[in-house]
Amino acid sequence: MAQLTMIQAITNALDNALEKHDNTLIFGQDVGLNGGVFRATQGLQAKYGEERVFDTPLAESGIGGLAVGLAFQGFRPLPEIQFFGFMYETMDAIAGQMARTRFRTGGTRNMPITLRSPFGGGVHAPESHSDSLEGLMAQVPGLKVVIPSNPYDAKGLLLASIEDNDPVIFLEHMKLYRSFKEEVPEEYYTVPLGKAKVVLEGTDLSIVTYGYMVHESIKAATLLKEEGLSVEVIDLRTISPIDVETILLSVEKTGRLVVVQEAQRQAGVASVIMAEMAERQRGILALKAPIGRVSAPDSIYPFMLAENEWLPDAQKIVDKVKEVINFD
Amino acid sequence: MTDKKIDFAAHLQSVEENYKMIQILNEEGKIVNSDLIPDLSDEQLVQLFKDMLWSRAVNDRCVILARQGRLGFFGPTAGQEASQLASYLAFEKNDFLLPGYRDFPQLVKHGLPLHKAFLWSRGHIEGGQYPEGLNAVIPQVIIGAQITQAAGVGLGMKKRGIKQVVFTYTGDGGSSQGDFYEGMNFAGAFKAPVVFFIQNNQYAISTPWRKQTAANTLAQKAAAAGIPGILVDGMDPLAVYAVSKAAREWVLDGNGPVLIESFTSRFQPHSMSGDDPKIYREEASFAEWDAKDPLTRTRIYLTEKGLWNKDDEEDLIKQFDKEILEEVKKSDNAPKQNVSQFLEIMFEEPTEILQEQIEYYKNKEGN
Repeated sequence: MAQLTMIQAITNALDNALEKHDNTLIFGQDVGLNGGVFRATQGLQAKYGEERVFDTPLAESGIGGLAVGLAFQGFRPLPEIQFFGFMYETMDAIAGQMARTRFRTGGTRNMPITLRSPFGGGVHAPESHSDSLEGLMAQVPGLKVVIPSNPYDAKGLLLASIEDNDPVIFLEHMKLYRSFKEEVPEEYYTVPLGKAKVVLEGTDLSIVTYGYMVHESIKAATLLKEEGLSVEVIDLRTISPIDVETILLSVEKTGRLVVVQEAQRQAGVASVIMAEMAERQRGILALKAPIGRVSAPDSIYPFMLAENEWLPDAQKIVDKVKEVINFD
Repeated sequence: MTDKKIDFAAHLQSVEENYKMIQILNEEGKIVNSDLIPDLSDEQLVQLFKDMLWSRAVNDRCVILARQGRLGFFGPTAGQEASQLASYLAFEKNDFLLPGYRDFPQLVKHGLPLHKAFLWSRGHIEGGQYPEGLNAVIPQVIIGAQITQAAGVGLGMKKRGIKQVVFTYTGDGGSSQGDFYEGMNFAGAFKAPVVFFIQNNQYAISTPWRKQTAANTLAQKAAAAGIPGILVDGMDPLAVYAVSKAAREWVLDGNGPVLIESFTSRFQPHSMSGDDPKIYREEASFAEWDAKDPLTRTRIYLTEKGLWNKDDEEDLIKQFDKEILEEVKKSDNAPKQNVSQFLEIMFEEPTEILQEQIEYYKNKEGN
């Protein structure tokens, strides 16, 4: 086993996938010789050739359409959208085409596409490079949306996404790419889609979150522990479909829930989790206090000099947890 | 420097001179360009005419069915038979078809049972379930999306070493879409074996094609992608076939994609859902374009060649209509659809949340 950053784990997963699945193709902007702007595909064109790892023209909709067409020819396309803020350009290819193909062909054709893209804020990237648009994806029927929070999961979830015969949007938080290393096996393994993970056990309150906010939530839980509070942290890992059962089990145990997302407050993944808990008897009757929500406010992603004011962080989570704990 | 100026007008004119319309059979049924007459046997010519008559018969029946409320969406095809059937004649069985929503004639010729086309029109799950081995995807509704996908199918074929061609169809409206340019550009960059076929029927529902672009032809849009663009008289089956066949050969030789603009006319409304061409077409244009009917000129041409007898035509059309009505009956017998069935085909394996909904609906449906 090696100590890998998340970006290295992703490269390693792509390497494993190209080796194991002959029909996989990696393509996108600058993914070939350049190895991608974040180096996710570094060395892969040299190893597997331009036939399987190649650059495309700079047009996201074309990249999405190309993936659909290649899937019709029996390939397992792994397109990269250079920044997920550019996703709007390929929204039809994703939501109007990939997501609908199995359905509109009455279940006779599949779209085994894994579309990877960096997203999320806090890295002082220019305009349209830092958005958290996963909520838009999660609203699309027919897509799975996966967001890893660490190198081990990133590799296993990516390989599971690639094996999946339905389209998966795989979002990689930019702040996690190189923030820490952990043990990642060299060999091929998968982490199941649609399964959340309890990353910190606790008894007083449950935090449900995903992506980079998993780490801010753990930080918050550590601070709260010093004050004698036992907080459970759940990493969703897949935000569509949501693993409702794991959340329910946790809420039944703790009776209190705070949902944390980096994205803006309106609509979004946190809303869905709150609704699932409010709607289900097992959820609502287990709750001893209103559900708390920590998110960014409803503005456009801010100018980069001010992004840290705007983004949720451990302190904001601590404050919200206390509010929910102190509710009578 | 002298006072030489950059002559923009001359530049524009030089572009347009490269896109002259190709015609072989004029509206009087006379050969006007004998150099380009395609190599078709008498049998093939007769079969092409029969196919066009069949397509018109399906159209006429569908218009009636739509008025009776027995079809869902139907986009009439009358007037476009040469564009659709003569281009299809250039296909081979293993060529791959990505049609637009008006392109059921090519789909059916390629192997789609007609009743499936009716089921698609009506909105039935079986309308999208294509037989094994049919190299086609179901009609595209987002009018430029098939263009980028065609680039992908073509690139995929090339990577697999399949020596076949991809044909994709759109309209004048579709050629305004961003995806139209992206798809052509991708296919050009990858030298993918694709024939992009625009049926310029002159109106995107009601908007005239001249109001959609400053380009004097749609064929010249190919120039920006660095690929050939050919303008053909879309009412002339010989010209459409000759151009399509030559395009197929060019593409198959590894030269990359081709764009064809087939200039044609839709005699009837965009769809049977309420638009009235009298609102957006000049009154004189109806008679002008009816006179260019591809069936009329083909009938004259074949009759003069001694290959066609008008007296036999009525019986043939009756026979077609009988077969069409049998297919309608087949589609009438399609099973009732239910919601749980839709939920079950969302993914290869239903997710847990979908499973809950499937159970809920199955209970309601009494299964």
